[in-house]
Amino acid sequence: MVKIGVLALQGAIREHVGAIEAVGADAIIVKRVEQLEELDGLVLPGGESTTMRRLIDRYGMMEALREFAAVGKPMFGTCAGLILLAREVIDQATPHIGVMNVVVERNSFGRQVDSFEMALSLKNIGENFPAVFIRAPHIVAAGPNVEVLAEHEGRIVLAREGPFLGCSFHPELTDDTRIMAYFVKMVRQSVLTTLAKP
Amino acid sequence: MTNQTGTDRVKRGMAEMQKGGVIMDVINAEQARIAEEAGAVAVMALERVPSDIRAAGGVARMADPRIVEEVMAAVSIPVMAKARIGHIVEARVLEAMGVDYIDESEVLTPADEEYHLLKSNYKVPFVCGCRDLGEAARRIGEGAAMLRTKGEPGTGNIVEAVRHMRQVNAQVRKVTNMTPDELMTEAKILGAPYELLLEINRLGRLPVVNFAAGGVATPADAALMMELGADGVFVGSGIFKSENPAKFAKAIVEATTHYQDYKLIAEISKELGIPMKGIEISRLNPQDRMQDRGW
Repeated sequence: MVKIGVLALQGAIREHVGAIEAVGADAIIVKRVEQLEELDGLVLPGGESTTMRRLIDRYGMMEALREFAAVGKPMFGTCAGLILLAREVIDQATPHIGVMNVVVERNSFGRQVDSFEMALSLKNIGENFPAVFIRAPHIVAAGPNVEVLAEHEGRIVLAREGPFLGCSFHPELTDDTRIMAYFVKMVRQSVLTTLAKP
Repeated sequence: MTNQTGTDRVKRGMAEMQKGGVIMDVINAEQARIAEEAGAVAVMALERVPSDIRAAGGVARMADPRIVEEVMAAVSIPVMAKARIGHIVEARVLEAMGVDYIDESEVLTPADEEYHLLKSNYKVPFVCGCRDLGEAARRIGEGAAMLRTKGEPGTGNIVEAVRHMRQVNAQVRKVTNMTPDELMTEAKILGAPYELLLEINRLGRLPVVNFAAGGVATPADAALMMELGADGVFVGSGIFKSENPAKFAKAIVEATTHYQDYKLIAEISKELGIPMKGIEISRLNPQDRMQDRGW
């Protein structure tokens, strides 16, 4: 069984753990740098990106996360997690982990009173996905190798670039595990590819 | 398909995203920025922190909208604000201003001693205080999307928050283990909506998050509340009434995340300066107990 970590510094951790287990993978709650080594993939959950960043910085986790990305292990960011993955965050001088070639704008759908849910159609994944947007960011611009998997109101809200999957909304707040199943498939393929290497 | 705003999932989901985090009381833009920089997941914009409300006496009301606006402009994290229990117009004003979460709070002087707000009528989510499962369930029944212990605000004394967290969690465990034929009687005893007890029985937990609040004064206090099952922590007077707020705020954030890493808590608790001076609960006059406001 593949081992998938959930970065557990702050945010909706339990929900992701439930989704990972529901699609038949091992879920590991990650609070410390050394735990990253044993993982095949990592979920960066929703929460507050500023809070997560402070906590990442204080324990030397940033370097380890970039290393994790550099060896090509898959990472899946939802909402704040997408902000952590992005190469550029609007109105911010430097990115966070900065490994996925997208430009992201925070709180781009407005404040909490504007937060919403709707049924979204996802390329390669399926129709009628219950998408819950909470003070959500969106992808303003995507690099040439980024595959757009969903748009809403003309904005990119789900995209993949190689081992990185970024999502504006919160699949973990619903019982629909199709996006997590898609990510776990990415992780399985990455493990097989690594094993095939001489 | 059209966007649906203000649904239960959107309101409760917002609170889910705050889990494992610290929400800090602030009274101006400068404090809000210190809180954000320290890693707060949200700030509560107030005119006065609870210990000052206690000291000032008189009627405590919703903050001056100017302060709320100033805080909203200063930070990118969510901004919460307090309305008096049952004060429909204060709540509507805060909603109209675009505040991200409203605390229908016993820290302010209640506007209605009989009825709480019907929070399901609003697009903005609400957090409410509770001392036991009956109170928690009634607030959820009215539409609260998040709970917190009442504790005893502005005292710097954790004892009441501990009591309330233990009480709610013990009652949740009890309801979870009940057989279906026992639940209606339990609903009657608790004064709780029956359907909600069915849901708790099925989930094995509350359907909304429950934070600790009311008396958190040190990093160890915050970690204690997490240990007891809190989803996160509100810190009111504790931070900006301490000697070194920026350092204190960071330490509380770290202790909340790593609440079982005792060496780390020892490390971050060193030379933090003097925490707020606390109040022994038994020395409080009964009429000064904020937790007895609301029902």
